[in-house]
Amino acid sequence: MIQITPHKRQLLLRILARREMSLLIFTLVLIAAVSIYSPRFFSVTNFNDILLNAAILAVAAIGQMMVVVTGGIDLSVGSGLALCGMLAGLIYKNGYALHPLLALLLGGLTGLVLGSINGILVSKAGVPPIIATLGTMSIYRGLIFITAKGQWVSAHEMPDSFIHLARGRILGIPNLIFITIFFYVVFYYFLTHLKPGREIYAVGGNAEAARVAGINVDRIKYAVYTISGFLYGLCGVLWVSRFASAQSDSATGFEFSTVTAIVIGGVSVFGGTGRITGVLLGAILISIVENALSVTQISPFWQLAIQGFIILLAVVVDAVMKNRDRKTVVRGQQA
Amino acid sequence: MSRVIRRWEFILVVLLAAVFVIMSRLSPYFLDVRNLFDATLHFTEKAIIALCMTMIVITGNVDLSVASNMAMSAAVMGIAFRSGMGIGAAAGLCLLVGTLGGLFNGFVITRFKLPAMVVTLATFSLFRGIAYVLLGNQAVTGYPYQFSDLGQGYFAGTIIPNQLVFFAVLAVIFGFVLHKTTFGRYIYAVGSNEDACRYSGVPVDRIKLILFTISGLISSFAAVLLTSRILSTRPNIAQGYELEVITAVVLGGVSINGGSGTMLGVVLSLFLIGFTRFGMSLLNVPAQVMTVLIGCLLICAILLPKLVDRFAQRSAKRA
Repeated sequence: MIQITPHKRQLLLRILARREMSLLIFTLVLIAAVSIYSPRFFSVTNFNDILLNAAILAVAAIGQMMVVVTGGIDLSVGSGLALCGMLAGLIYKNGYALHPLLALLLGGLTGLVLGSINGILVSKAGVPPIIATLGTMSIYRGLIFITAKGQWVSAHEMPDSFIHLARGRILGIPNLIFITIFFYVVFYYFLTHLKPGREIYAVGGNAEAARVAGINVDRIKYAVYTISGFLYGLCGVLWVSRFASAQSDSATGFEFSTVTAIVIGGVSVFGGTGRITGVLLGAILISIVENALSVTQISPFWQLAIQGFIILLAVVVDAVMKNRDRKTVVRGQQA
Repeated sequence: MSRVIRRWEFILVVLLAAVFVIMSRLSPYFLDVRNLFDATLHFTEKAIIALCMTMIVITGNVDLSVASNMAMSAAVMGIAFRSGMGIGAAAGLCLLVGTLGGLFNGFVITRFKLPAMVVTLATFSLFRGIAYVLLGNQAVTGYPYQFSDLGQGYFAGTIIPNQLVFFAVLAVIFGFVLHKTTFGRYIYAVGSNEDACRYSGVPVDRIKLILFTISGLISSFAAVLLTSRILSTRPNIAQGYELEVITAVVLGGVSINGGSGTMLGVVLSLFLIGFTRFGMSLLNVPAQVMTVLIGCLLICAILLPKLVDRFAQRSAKRA
């Protein structure tokens, strides 16, 4: 028989209290409930769909997460993503046979430029993040319309090889899943094992202390917006490839989905804390809810309300837990 | 004199004058009193919401849910009207729902000590979602003709739109409360240093609760005006209003970090943005180009004073 020592019990409690654990349990319960209600939900093809829908959101959310960990916010994700996607679409529309991987790279670089504009505004010019990115959000959205002259790029104007980029499979596994796993592994390592990754947390935890400790706070802030831009640039191209269309209003409100994903995933909006694994689970949960609504044939109009309700639930539960922790600590000190 | 020039309101007046001069040169239709009055109809609903948003931003908070709250309360009003309720009662219900929405925001923010941005981001989805759940992809139309007088009509036979009168009255009330009452001073105090306020006995939570509730009420009032102006209700009405309202507030010289700003500045910036848009629409500038310009305006509004300050400091050091 296993003896549960107080130490072990504490460890167990800590694991259970981790956001990823409660999120995983919640997700599994949700999957079970929906599967009982509608057996069609529980199938390989459907789970494949869910993951594919989560993929682009999950990658863009990494950037948003890093920005929020430094205590900022990037509201330009949706329009920046759509602008980069539109540029790739326009290249094909004008008849240039660009290699799909080059298109992806080009999208990433365009996003890098867009993101570094946010970065300069926030770190060098000292514009509050919400204002800077609110401004660039309108600017990038408007630029889509101006560059595309209000036109759409549709499937028949893109070569098959490009559409294959997001829709294709390697060894039976969709490319999008590979790309997502790749970025999660890279950024997991970056955020947990590399110095600049740790510095992002330091800046968000206490910018002044980080500065005193010799961290170049401005450079870290500049970097997170630029990385966010690079990631949404890539996502923009993948988006156009996956949906085989580029429109001037695509991904409107997508920045809110990324914020939802990270808040559900346990990233503190005060900055300083949050894990990338939680972000991935958050993105998947959003995708499951979306899918469950269509499979169970509940009106898709519930999607938005449920999304709002889940964010609210996540932050309120967080706040209650934090308060309880604080009380326990105080009680512990008194004893 | 130099103090007057350095004031943000002065810069806004100069910009507003510049817009009038440039636009009247470019279009013969701009400088027409009737046209100018009618042009205000395109932004009074946002302007009314901006009044309460100004106070909220001065306390260092923000309400992102205003436009969604408009949609939710308008949807309830539409449903109530469709099921046979009188238009007056339906409008009353609209105000009630909006107020409750605002109260809910305020309650969650103060009870759980959460940042307003996160809570209102959640209700931004939630309220809009409820509007969609209630109406689906339908629209409610067929409002009585007399109802349109509220949002489309003119004040007592003049050429002044009713909406502008509502805005003027509310602006005076909000300006008075912000600048001439204890409650108003508390709003600045909370924005400057919330902790210090708590220790000195300022009822911080009650102030926030009141402001967010009023924000809900004012949003639903704007929803009634909007419904009366366009005589239909759809779940996607007023989309993106929150961003335009916040842009106007910040351009009006209110610090997004709280603690400073004036009602006059916000009113001036509302007219500045409104008339700039009107002038550009006369020149057939597409709406998307205007979006780009408004975005640039927002960033410049923050950037310029900072750059001027930095330049002044540098030259002061050299001297």
